[in-house]
Amino acid sequence: MKAKVYISYKEGILDPQGKTVGGALDSMGIQGIEDLRIGKYVEIDFGNISKQKAEEITDESCRKLLANPNTETYHFELED
Amino acid sequence: MKFAIIVFPGSNCDHDAYKVIENIDGATPEFVWHKENNLSGYDSIIVPGGFSYGDYLRAGAIAKFSPIMNAIISASKSGKSIIGICNGFQILIEAGLLPGALINNNGVKFKSKQVSLRAENFDTIFTNKIPKDKKMFMPIAHRQGNYIADKETLERVSDNGQIAFTYTSDAGGNPNGSCLDIAGIFNKNKNILGMMPHPERASDILLGSNDGELIFQSMMGNTN
Repeated sequence: MKAKVYISYKEGILDPQGKTVGGALDSMGIQGIEDLRIGKYVEIDFGNISKQKAEEITDESCRKLLANPNTETYHFELED
Repeated sequence: MKFAIIVFPGSNCDHDAYKVIENIDGATPEFVWHKENNLSGYDSIIVPGGFSYGDYLRAGAIAKFSPIMNAIISASKSGKSIIGICNGFQILIEAGLLPGALINNNGVKFKSKQVSLRAENFDTIFTNKIPKDKKMFMPIAHRQGNYIADKETLERVSDNGQIAFTYTSDAGGNPNGSCLDIAGIFNKNKNILGMMPHPERASDILLGSNDGELIFQSMMGNTN
């Protein structure tokens, strides 16, 4: 069982990195991008455990460490 | 008065803090490794700056799970003075001991420069020796020092006198985009101070300013 965790800044939280990269793409001539935000991607490998257990562990990990509830949100996908 | 200076893997302002405390009459500094779990023998705690755990994930995010953090929480409950400087502030805020969050500077860059500060509340164990009209000069050196909090939190800390220091318009003004120009903040009981500028690097006139020493001198009065 594996979890793919996506962590992103909440709306309204300044993302200067995203802004800078968006600006760079624009200056390269790549057009049509309105906004670009950069987040984090975490992969967790659980070995052979149930989907429910993996979900519990992933959620606890996100709440307690991987995301800062003041500034970030998270979601994750589980797959075999 | 005994000061504990907490040392994490990656702390790098611990020796600066040690030197400053050593030079204050009646103060004794001691390094305490983050794996320790007891701070009952100390009157005051300094969580110094640096890059604990390489700033992995988020600055301060991993250090908050060190064994010493439970001892810091106990010390806080008994009213001991605790100051977190720069990365120390990031650790205390990640641990939930101070309100709000610290995010990337609005200009993305790591900023290392002198700033000007004003104390906003003189009636605390960290600020009682600061003259009322004093503009304090000390350096910052950080990438994630942009203080943010939601509207309710900002109103609450403002009304409750929890804003410790703000950046003045001198020396280039607010260097990182912090809400309300906040450079330092207290917990509700005002026995914990977190600040991004480095008072320990501004405690000797040879270093360009000794304004920072006023904070450590103020802390000498707290015997909780």
